[in-house]
Amino acid sequence: MLTRTRAPEEAPAEVETRLGSVVLRDVAKTFAAPRRGVAPVTAVRDLSLTARPGEIVAVVGPSGCGKTTLLELVCGLTAPDTGTVEAAPAALMAQRDLLLPWRSAVDNAALALRVAGVERGAAREQAAALLRDFGLGGFERARPAELSGGMRQRVAFARTLLSGRTILCLDEPFAALDALTRQEMQEWLASALLAQPRTVVLVTHDVEEAIVLADRVFVMSPRPGRVVAALDVDVARPRRRTDRALVALRERALQELRA
Amino acid sequence: MTAAVLLLVLLGGWEAYTRLSGIDEFVLPAPTAIATALYEDRSLLWSNFMVTAGEIGLGMLVAIVLGLACAGAIHFSTLLRRAIYPLMVGSQTIPIVLIAPLLVAWWGFGLAPKLAIVALVCFFPIVVPTLDALDRVDADLRKLMRTFGASRWQTFRMVEAPAALPGVLTGAKLSVAIAAIAATLAELAGSDAGLGNLMLKAIPQFETARAFAAVLILSAFSVALFGLLALAERRLIPWAHQPRGTAP
Repeated sequence: MLTRTRAPEEAPAEVETRLGSVVLRDVAKTFAAPRRGVAPVTAVRDLSLTARPGEIVAVVGPSGCGKTTLLELVCGLTAPDTGTVEAAPAALMAQRDLLLPWRSAVDNAALALRVAGVERGAAREQAAALLRDFGLGGFERARPAELSGGMRQRVAFARTLLSGRTILCLDEPFAALDALTRQEMQEWLASALLAQPRTVVLVTHDVEEAIVLADRVFVMSPRPGRVVAALDVDVARPRRRTDRALVALRERALQELRA
Repeated sequence: MTAAVLLLVLLGGWEAYTRLSGIDEFVLPAPTAIATALYEDRSLLWSNFMVTAGEIGLGMLVAIVLGLACAGAIHFSTLLRRAIYPLMVGSQTIPIVLIAPLLVAWWGFGLAPKLAIVALVCFFPIVVPTLDALDRVDADLRKLMRTFGASRWQTFRMVEAPAALPGVLTGAKLSVAIAAIAATLAELAGSDAGLGNLMLKAIPQFETARAFAAVLILSAFSVALFGLLALAERRLIPWAHQPRGTAP
């Protein structure tokens, strides 16, 4: 059974102030075998998870534990076999920036606005303003190939925000970046979300990233994935990754992962 | 530069051979004889070139329009993919040499049979790279567009069509190389003008140098068209020619 409650359709350009929540109850999803001789894959089973409005939840787990399936369920890209998924329309941001190489930074950021029917000039204006906020002023006309990895992810995040969705699904957004840029981008994302709060489901295999960014961290089991632990991160922002409470939480999360 | 040197050496050898061996000019004309024919028959060559260039240009246009329409139809519909694709491959096995005279018998000596043959030959090399480019579009990009609420058409217009453009241009470049042969073949099957027609008439008149001059013009035209398409490629898809990661 599937209940997917969709927010009333409205111009996504205007960011809804009322933030959505995400509720998954006892969700299972099995993918059919791609060819004979291969067993069907049960990606998730008995998966229950909640993100309250405006909450940042992180989901960590071993690779192949169904984290990406979880996000596709939340975004409505795939339907659960059993259980229910309740979420307002969500925007997805992937590990690869997926910027269109023929569009400039500003036109890439404005993509969702253009899909929603916003006129080109107005869409560019909004996108350019956000890019400036993100420290990309002067790079509006640059093509993705002319930007560094971190800059490209910032353009991708601007595009995600401008979709106007109140729920953001981030699928290992910084995994493709080098360690130093990754830390910078984590801090940057934390401040961007402070300025523009959203309900966030962040999937990552980086426990530190989860603890630094999230209000709550869910630990998933190996496939078929389900939540085996939930940790509250009651540490005020801005956070320092060397904070003792954060380090202790990181150890706990790692223990849960190994269990 | 090295190509120019090689060409000069080859031409020199050719010239020397024709002069030293005393071979008849209508069997193998010397490069200087071809150059002379090129100059002396220029008005004859020009008027016939215009006919053939028209056949090639219009035929390519028909091939591109039909090719893109076919690729689009196949891309949007699995049913059409199953229905059209095998027929299209089959159409490429039609022996042009056999059906060209038939087309002339049906449609006369005019433009129609030439367009049909050029289009038939050029259409397939356009469809295949275009379809391949459409099929290679990142599945995650389609998902992204879906989360933005994009319609099938919006995804095509904003993502798939621009991504397929390099494929279209590759196809057009492949087609240009064979369009001249197709037009010549079509003219040989029945025509009253054109460079192919001129070649056909020049040989029995012992004007072999003129036939060679016609070939030269035709290949120069093909090279120019190819260059034009390469230029269009640089202008239309500059992102494919940019070095990655030049930013700080």
